Formats: sequence, C-alpha cells, structure tokens
Amino acid sequence: MEDRKIADKISDEMIDYVGILAKLELSGREREEAKADMERMLDYIDMLNELDTEGIEPMSHVFPISNVFREDIVTNGDGHEETLANAPLMKENCFKVPRTIG
Amino acid sequence: MAKQYETVIGLEVHVELATKTKIFCSCSTQFGGAPNTHTCPVCTGMPGSLPVLNRQVVEYAAAIGLAVNCEITRECKFDRKNYFYPDNPQNYQISQLYLPIAKNGYVEIETGGTRKRVRIHEMHMEEDAGKLIHDEWDDTSLVDYNRSGVPLVEIVSEPDMRSADEVIAYLEKLRLIIQYLGASDCKLQEGSMRADVNLSVREAGKEEFGTRTEMKNLNSFKAIARAVEGERERQIELLEAGKKVIQETRRWDDNKEASYPMRSKEDAKDYRYFPDPDLAPVIIDEEWIERIRAEQPEFRTEKLERYEREYNIPRYDAEIITESKKMADIFEAASTACGKPKKVSNWLMVETMRLLKEHGMEPEELAFSPENLAKLVELTEDGTINSSVAKEVFEKIFSEDVDPEKYVEEKGLKTVSDEGALKEVLQKVIAENPQAVVDYRKGKAKALGSLVGQTMKMMKGKADPALVNQKLKELLDH
Ligand SMILES: [Zn+2]
Repeated sequence: MEDRKIADKISDEMIDYVGILAKLELSGREREEAKADMERMLDYIDMLNELDTEGIEPMSHVFPISNVFREDIVTNGDGHEETLANAPLMKENCFKVPRTIG
Repeated sequence: MAKQYETVIGLEVHVELATKTKIFCSCSTQFGGAPNTHTCPVCTGMPGSLPVLNRQVVEYAAAIGLAVNCEITRECKFDRKNYFYPDNPQNYQISQLYLPIAKNGYVEIETGGTRKRVRIHEMHMEEDAGKLIHDEWDDTSLVDYNRSGVPLVEIVSEPDMRSADEVIAYLEKLRLIIQYLGASDCKLQEGSMRADVNLSVREAGKEEFGTRTEMKNLNSFKAIARAVEGERERQIELLEAGKKVIQETRRWDDNKEASYPMRSKEDAKDYRYFPDPDLAPVIIDEEWIERIRAEQPEFRTEKLERYEREYNIPRYDAEIITESKKMADIFEAASTACGKPKKVSNWLMVETMRLLKEHGMEPEELAFSPENLAKLVELTEDGTINSSVAKEVFEKIFSEDVDPEKYVEEKGLKTVSDEGALKEVLQKVIAENPQAVVDYRKGKAKALGSLVGQTMKMMKGKADPALVNQKLKELLDH
C-alpha cells in the first residue's frame, strides 16, 4: 500500500514543471512550501485508493440531470462596458496585456 | 542510391458552426463587431457564471458526425482543458476529451482517379478562443473576446494521407459536406475552417511512424499544399544528415515558405483535463439521431446522378456546379423557373466562373437570385436580346442582382429587328469603309469582321450579329 502513494512522486523536477504549466515563478523557499502543500493534498487524495470502487460509474455531475439546453436565439446585447469594467489596463475597448509571442 | 521516403499526414480540422449564438451563452456570433461588444460574463469567464449549451450546436455536430460516417456517442460530456493564455479568459477551454460526440468515421476521397478512405478518429465540440491583436505602438497585446465561446467542432483524422493532393482532396470533401449541411460556411481565409497538419516521414516500406510535427497557421489550400511539401523536405533533410526530428508545433510562414518552431507540444496530461461540473451530460437517443438522419440533405454524389437524369446535363457540368452548394441551389431554382437547364448551366460554368475569378470570390458568395438568371435565359432564347447584350446584362445581375426585364427595357437594349433600319446603317458603314470593302472582295475574311464590328457599334450592340453578317454579305456579294 505505502509504495503506491502518488504523494511520493513529487520530486524537484515535478514541482518545477507544475510551476511552468501554472505560469508561476517560485523562490527556493516557496518551492519547498509548495512541495509540502502538494504532498499533503495528494496524501488526502490517496485515501480514495483505499476505497473499493469496483463497478461504480465515474461521476462527472452531482445531479442526475442531462440535456440542459438553450435555444439558439440572441438575447445578449452590447456587453463591452460591463466586460471591461474591471480591466486593469484597457485600450480601444480591448484588454491590454503584456505582449504575447507571435 | 537515395532512400525513398513516405509522408504520413493526419489532420485536425476546426470548423466554426453557423449558429446565431455562442456555444454556452446568448451572445451573437456575428463576425466583425466592435471589440468586446459580443461578450457577457459567461464567455469572458467571470466567476459564478453558468454556461448553458446551445441545442443547435449538438444538432449541427451530430449532423456532421453522421455525414462523415461516425458513430454518435449516446451519452457525451464536456471536459475542461486547462492552460494559461490571454485569449482564454477562463484559464480553461471547454472541450470534449473522454466522450466526444462522434468517433470512428471516414470520408471517401479521390485523387488522380484513385479512391481511398480517410478514417476519422473522432470529432468533438468545443469553444473558440478570443483574438489577440499586437499593438505596435505600445508593444503590448490587445484582447478582444468576441470570438470567445463561438462553437467549433474539431475533426481529427487518422494518419491516412500520404501527399498534399490527398490532404486537399480530404479538406475539399469535408468542406463540401459541411456546406451542404449548412453547418458552416467553411471559409479558410476568414478562419471559419482551419487545419492543423500533423506530418512525419518514414523510409518507404517501414511499418512504424517517424516523429511527427504539428503545423499551424495554414489559411488557404495553396498554403497547406506548400506547407506539406516544405515540412516533408525539412524532415527528410534532417534524417539524411543523421539528425532527429523533434516533436513540436511549428508555425508556417507562407510568405517565406518556411516554418518556425512555436512551443514544445504539451502532452494531453499537461492540460489536466477533467469533466466540467457546470455542464450536464448530453444524451442523444435513437429518436434524435433518426430525426437528424432524416433531415440530411441530398449530398453531392446523389445530386450528380440526379442532374444527369433529371436535367439531362453532361456529367462535366454537373461536377462543376455541385462543387458548391450555393451554385447547385441556383442551378436547380433557375432551371425550374425557365425549364432550360443546359442554358442555365452554361451561364454558371462560363460567365459566372469568369466573374468569380475576376472578383476573387468564392461560389458560396454568389448573391444573385435564380429568378433573374432564369429571366435572362428566356430573354436570350426568345431573341429579345442578343448574346453580347446578354453578357452585359448578366454582369449586372451578378453584381447588383438587377431584374433583367426591367433593365433591358430601361436601357433600351432590345435587339433591333427592323430590317429597314439595319439596311440604312449597313449602307452607311459600306460607304464609310471603302478600303475594307475592297479587301473583302479581294478575299480577306477579316475585313468582313471589321465591317460587322462597325455596324454593331453604330447600332449600340442591339443588332443580331448573325443577321448583320448575313445582310452584309448579301449587299457586298451583289
Ligand atoms: Zn457571452
């Protein structure tokens, strides 16, 4: 049981890689803290492995509902003011962000 | 001796669906609105907003799935694909990974007289991202979310294509099917159809695939063909030099006819896909599928046969006309209205094609009404106008959809059938061109042509050239 824990897999390389995907730059101390936090989270998740889930359908939705639809009719008007209301930086009714590549 | 290589190509094709509203909110999908005017809390990923699926997206997606011979997934679900980029306001794109709406299909393509099947691995529904515009002045990027949440289907083929020709044939086939369904206009230039090319090369005869690259930014069939050739050569050069092909995403620059690496390709697991808890599963039952199947339009293959049988036009004509749904619709309506399908077909195949080319337009952009074309056919057939006037009138129909009857009346373009008036003009032309008359009598056929031309000019094109020709000969030969 012990050796199957996913928490054990959090190596230095793993934490760096997760940092890249999350677009986070972590200092040395932050890295260690994040590693410890993540290991605790995964320990918690590991508890699931103790349960017998044989023959149980994976659940993706908490309510037993399906086919919730809208009809294809435009009811929203010009939303730019509300959309841009909290924009930290704005130009020509667009959000202004640091230059992206390309 | 040089090694022989085989190119192995698979395509990921994104198609924007022709719905009026976005996939999860009631914002308009109309193209070209001022920045961020077609946005709301849902399509800008505001916390607490709830996406609700547009039923029409499922209708279109299932119709496309059936038309490309896929199995429709009876219970499909949406997943979140997580990545960080400013064009993606939620920090995840709602897509389908685990249970896409359709899978295991195929389309049949034909290249150089050979038929083959290109298998479709799967097709899923997803939302489009916003648009980033580079701002030269500030060296920043500006984000417009009008396209964010526009519905897409992504059609993923198996690596079944072996040449640029096959890639183009596959894309044309998909485009035609989807246009016939009315599910999208599939314009590559405007981005309503986009293709990413996955390509690898392997030594001829080898079983296993080489390392593949993915190429993006291909916005015309010609660019796709050039990119396939360019990437094939680049990979072969690497292998010949004893180097390795790196698995990566590359951006094709069609002006430079070269591709450049973009970013290292993330694995599916890097996107940390998980089921979207905001969206309920979609259950497509037998009854729904049967209804969509029953509503499928007549596709090209059936149309081709019917045109030959019902309208009695040559296969060649039928092939050209059915290459566009719009053109086929015009042909059918105009033929029914005037009862002369071959004449209608001639107008479409010659003048319409010429004008489309001249204006750099696609057949789907044709905007004239079939009734006006039918009227033009009738005016020409009953001799009200001659063929050169008819061409002039057709240009007006093509560009402004004028009513040819009114236009001919207003501009006084009817053929002059009064022989007395014609004879007067002919005598004048003969008197004014003694040299041409002499030349003609000496046996120079060209001289007659010039006299006919002069006459037509004096009659402002309103005479029947065959009649002018005949009358001129009569006068000169006596
Ligand atoms: Zn919206």
